[in-house]
Amino acid sequence: MDQPQTQKATPGPIETREMLLNVGPAHPAMHGIIRIVTKLDGEQVVDADVEIGYLHRGFEKMSETVDYNGVMPYTDRLNYVSPLINNMGYCMAVEKLLGVAVPERCHYIRVILSEISRIADHLTCVGASAMELGAFTVFLYMIKAREFLWELVEMVTGARLTVSYGRVGGVKGDLPEGFAERCRNALRETRRVLAESDALLTRNRIFVDRMSGTGRITPENAISYGITGPFLRSTGVAYDVRKDCPYAVYDQLQFDVPVGTRGDNYDRYLVRMEEMEQSMGIIEQGLRDLPPGPVAVNPETGQPIPAAEMVDQGKAGNIAAIADACATTDPTLEGSAKPRQPNIAVGEKRVFLPSKEDTYGNIEGLMQHFKLVMYGHGIRPPKGEVYFPVEGANGELGFYIVSDGGSKPYRVRVRPPCFFIMSALHKILVGEMAADVIPTFGSVNMIGGELDR
Amino acid sequence: MNAPAMIQAVSERFPAAVKTSHMYRGDATVVLRRESLLGVARVLKEDPAFEMNFLMDLTAVDYSCFGKKSSPAFFSSSGVMVSPSPVIPDADPWPGPTGPERFVVVYHLYSLPLKHRLRLEVPVEEADAEVDSLTSIWGGANWLEREVWDMFGIRFRAHPNLIRILMYEEFAGHPLRKDYPVNKRQPLIGPVN
Repeated sequence: MDQPQTQKATPGPIETREMLLNVGPAHPAMHGIIRIVTKLDGEQVVDADVEIGYLHRGFEKMSETVDYNGVMPYTDRLNYVSPLINNMGYCMAVEKLLGVAVPERCHYIRVILSEISRIADHLTCVGASAMELGAFTVFLYMIKAREFLWELVEMVTGARLTVSYGRVGGVKGDLPEGFAERCRNALRETRRVLAESDALLTRNRIFVDRMSGTGRITPENAISYGITGPFLRSTGVAYDVRKDCPYAVYDQLQFDVPVGTRGDNYDRYLVRMEEMEQSMGIIEQGLRDLPPGPVAVNPETGQPIPAAEMVDQGKAGNIAAIADACATTDPTLEGSAKPRQPNIAVGEKRVFLPSKEDTYGNIEGLMQHFKLVMYGHGIRPPKGEVYFPVEGANGELGFYIVSDGGSKPYRVRVRPPCFFIMSALHKILVGEMAADVIPTFGSVNMIGGELDR
Repeated sequence: MNAPAMIQAVSERFPAAVKTSHMYRGDATVVLRRESLLGVARVLKEDPAFEMNFLMDLTAVDYSCFGKKSSPAFFSSSGVMVSPSPVIPDADPWPGPTGPERFVVVYHLYSLPLKHRLRLEVPVEEADAEVDSLTSIWGGANWLEREVWDMFGIRFRAHPNLIRILMYEEFAGHPLRKDYPVNKRQPLIGPVN
C-alpha cells in the first residue's frame, strides 16, 4: 500500500519520449500546402521530414500537349507571386532555341516588369514572415505596397495574377501611355512603405530575437543543395544570375548584389529588403533608358500603306511591294488605328503572335495570328535542346526545353528555385526550437505552384 | 571557359568516358557512358580546372516518341510548304538524340568561381534504367533523383531514400514517360488498409 512512497525516494532516470508533431499540410503558416513531420525532443527539433507534392498539377506533362505559346498560361501558375519573371524566363528559353533576338525595347519592358514582380514577391515574403511572428501591421503595409505594384501590372497586362504577358519573340503589347509616371508614383509609395516597415522591424527586439541566429545554413551546404537566390546570398555567396550570366539588358544596368554574412533568417530578411531597393533602382534606370516607343511606320518600308492604296497595288499585280507591308485601316474597330509595334517584338512573323490590335485590325495580323494558333501550324523551332536561366525571386529559374521540330515542345523542364531550398530544409530545421520552424520556413518563401509544378 | 573549350577539356580529360559531345546555341553538352558518370562528376566538381560546384538541375527526357508524331518542320498540315524563317540560324545543327536508348538523364552543372556551365547527358536503356546516384557528391541530388524516379521510373544506384516525391506511393506508372496518357485518371488515394 505504501510502496509508492519508497519508490519516489529513489530518483531514477526520467523517462523521455520523442514527440511527433505534424505541421501541415493545411496549416496557416505553411503557405500553400506542404507537410513537415517534425520529431521533437522537448522543444527541440531532432528530425524533420518534408513532404511535398500536394499541388502537383503536371506542368511538364501539360506543356508537351500544347504549342509553344500555349505554355504561357501554365508558366503564370508556377511562381504565382511573380508570374512575369516566369513568362520572361520561358520566352527567353524558346527564343534561345529559335536563335532569334528581340528588340531592345522589349528587353527593357521585360526587365522593368520582372523587377516589379520581384519587389512584389519579396514584399509578400517579408510581409507574411512578419505576420507569422505577430507583426500584422507590417503585413498590411506591405500588401498595400504590393497593391500599388499590382495596379501597374494590371495597367500593362490587363490582369493581376495570371498575366500571360510574355509572347515568344516579344511581349503581348507595349507599355500603356502614362506608365512611367504611374510607375514612379508607385515606387515612391513603395519606398515609403519600406521605410515604415524597416522602422517597425529591423531594430524590433522581438523580431530580431526570433530571426537572428535561427535557420542558419553554411555556404558549403547551400551550394551542395543547389540553393540560389536570396537564400544563398544571405550566406555571403554573391551569386546572382543577373550579374554572373547576364541576360536581357541587365549588363547595361547598375545595381548591387546584397549579401549577408551569417546565413540566418535575419540576414535573409535584410537581403530581401535591400534587393527591393536595388530593384527599384533598376526600374528607374529602365524607365530612363527605355528606347522610344512604337513608330507608326512599317519596319521594311518606313511608311504604313493606306488600305485603299494597297488594294490598288494588288490590282496592278504589284504583290512584292505589299507582301510584308501593313495597312492602315479605318478606325471602325477600337485599337485598329493603333500603329504596329515593331519595337516590342521580333520582326519575324513566323515567330511572334501579333498583338490583338493587329489580329482584329488588319488582315495581315489576322493571318499571322491564325498561322500561329491553328492546329498543325504554329512556331516550329528546329530540333534542339537549350537551358536558359533567369534570376527568379527565389533564385535561379531555369527552363530546359527539348524540341523535335514540331509545333509542340517535346519536353519542358523548369528548374524551380524553391525546390532546392526545400530539399535542404530538414538540415536547417534539425537542432532548432519548434517555434523557429515558422520563421525559417517563412524565409524560404516557398511557393507551392513552383515547388510542385 | 567558353563552351568549345569546355567540350575539348572534358573530352581530353575523360577520353574513355565521353561518347560524343555537341554544342547547340552555345550550350556545351557532353554525352557520357553510364558507368563513368560518378567518377567524372566527382572530378568535375573537385578539379580546379572545372570547379563545377553547383548541380543546377537534374532531369531526364524520354526520347521514345522523338520525331514520330509531329509533322516535319516548316510544313503546315495543309501540305503547303512554308519556307524556313531566315532569322532562325541553322548553322551548327543539333545532332539529335544520342542513341537508341530510350531515356537520357540530363545534368546541368555550373561553376560559381569560373562561371561556366556544362550539360552532362547519360543515355539509359529502358530494360536497365539505372544510373549511379550523385547524392554522395551533391546533397541536392537527393530530391532531384527522387523526382526523376517518380516521373520517369529511372532508378539511382546507392540512393539513400529512393521513393516518390511529387506523386503518392499508390500511384501506378511514371507520368512523364511518353507512353503515359496525358488524360489518364487514377484514384487519388489507394485502398485504405
